[in-house]
Amino acid sequence: MKDIRLMKGNEAIAEGAIRAGCDGYFGYPITPQSEVMEYLFANKIKERTGMIVLQAESEIASIHMVYGGAACGKRVMTSSSSPGISLMQEGISFMAGTELPCLLLNVVRGGPGLGTIQPSQSDYFQTVKGGGHGDYKMIVLAPASVQEMYDFAKLGFELAFKHRIQVMVLSDGAIGQMMEKVELDEQVPRWTDAEIKAMSPWATTGKTPDRERNIITSLDLNPVKQEIININLQKKFKHIQETEVRFERIQCDDAEYLFVAYGSSARICQKAVLLGRERGIKVGLLRPITLFPYPSDELAKLAKQVKGMLSVEMSAGQMVEDVRLSVNGAVPVEHYGRLGGIMPAPDEVLNVLEQNFIKEKTYEPHTN
Amino acid sequence: MSHIPTRDEVIEPENLVYSRTCLLTDNALSYCPGCGHGTAHRLIMEVIEEMNLQADTIGVAPVGCSVLAYDFMNIDMQQAAHGRAPAVATGIKRLHPEKFVFTYQGDGDLAAIGTGETIHVCNRGENITVFFVNNGIYGMTGGQMAPTTLPGMKTATSPFGRDVETMGHPLKITELVAQLPGTYFVSRQSVHTPANVRKAKKAIEKAIQYQKLNKGLCFVEIVSNCNSGWKMTPLESNKWMEENMFPYYPLGDIKVPK
Repeated sequence: MKDIRLMKGNEAIAEGAIRAGCDGYFGYPITPQSEVMEYLFANKIKERTGMIVLQAESEIASIHMVYGGAACGKRVMTSSSSPGISLMQEGISFMAGTELPCLLLNVVRGGPGLGTIQPSQSDYFQTVKGGGHGDYKMIVLAPASVQEMYDFAKLGFELAFKHRIQVMVLSDGAIGQMMEKVELDEQVPRWTDAEIKAMSPWATTGKTPDRERNIITSLDLNPVKQEIININLQKKFKHIQETEVRFERIQCDDAEYLFVAYGSSARICQKAVLLGRERGIKVGLLRPITLFPYPSDELAKLAKQVKGMLSVEMSAGQMVEDVRLSVNGAVPVEHYGRLGGIMPAPDEVLNVLEQNFIKEKTYEPHTN
Repeated sequence: MSHIPTRDEVIEPENLVYSRTCLLTDNALSYCPGCGHGTAHRLIMEVIEEMNLQADTIGVAPVGCSVLAYDFMNIDMQQAAHGRAPAVATGIKRLHPEKFVFTYQGDGDLAAIGTGETIHVCNRGENITVFFVNNGIYGMTGGQMAPTTLPGMKTATSPFGRDVETMGHPLKITELVAQLPGTYFVSRQSVHTPANVRKAKKAIEKAIQYQKLNKGLCFVEIVSNCNSGWKMTPLESNKWMEENMFPYYPLGDIKVPK
């Protein structure tokens, strides 16, 4: 019998992490994602799977605790919301430099600064383009449902260890707080020390006579060596771009116009597609699931088919840059966004699409 | 040309009374001649070898002069971001409570940028060992003022001497962490004379032994010279350390188990 529960997005990813065999969570409370850590404490995970949960003194400490655990080859994670994720950029950069796998979650709220606790998608640049110092990328997964919050914990750990990379689940306050039904799957056992040694021979597990000492460091003062390290990192990112793109096509087959949206905005656009079809407009939705790697090839293909694309984001226009790079001028691309924690309505985005591409323009829409 | 005897020819096995611990690598130390870091490294590695802990040890190197500690210590190590070694060590120890986990940090790392991590790792009573090398200056970056720089002491960023009115006071962080219920053993030592080296080794032994008891954090400060940063010869710097550093940072155990 299926195990189906009604859960908040934040609870779902916590449950997903437990069931994915997560070894440790280190975090600091911040709205709108505090339920992640609360859920882990309330569920007595130490007794359930032996997983560790620790409330750190700051987001900075949290991410460096994750660093320590990840460098031991353990499945570890943290979560936060925008201001806290800003604080974590140092540690994320260090994990990029040391190629440590981990699962990160940003339940995005409006900024800049303290901003608001309402949902936003204004951390796209920070997440996808590299928020910390140095040339690096993370795999970025964008859930659009509570089910995907749950699923992406397991998927995130799999990708993180497959490529020795940080995986960021880029959610938002709406997906984190809303409740939907979630289908749970079987518990994945936590790795034993022997399994970790076998699958992550680089991990610091204590130097034994059968191997050289393991060192986890991002430092190499020799620029020739440091360039090689960087070139190898870029090769890995290229490989990920070629092999790990994920997206969802919604009514794209006959589409003449296209919404491009992820996360909460994709849910809104999904409804707008239905409304548009009722009005006789052949509109579809391309929903990127991975923001890095970005589904550029798919958008380039769709650019040959549609007359216009509207990138809908709860930001001033961040992902739209990647849409434009993908289509490379082949088709008009416009942006529509709401800021500061406001979510657009389906008819609102449909009207913008009509006014941009179908009707005579009666006013200048929001463009960047 | 006469034959130059090799090391092995000079050191007859039967005459050998002391040798370098195998837990130090063959890499030449990158520290300035006269600096205390080499002795501190050697003592910690000796104790780990004597306690047969190599396979159970995970060390955390900081940012600062000892950023490359993993080049010299023949154990599994992680290099932490500046000041974050206690958080990194927490992550390791929580997931590997059976391992021996230590950090090796300087004063800028531990008592300036990492103050938050230092206080909280001590306050949580994490069962790790912190080795804190205090030389009152930022050595690696070229001799800038540290949180532990003495009043009036000249550095690259206090060229006319540390003015406590505008630059704050030297931070006795070791006394501070000793106040926290999470610390189990807190001691301040030096490694500038043979007698002090022996005392420091005893403190290091205790700090490593006590970690096995899971009673809390052990913290060993080593007041050290920085002859390059202080712009002195090694001998002058040791004398200056005795006359100036020790009155402010007195040696000895600060907190011992009841």
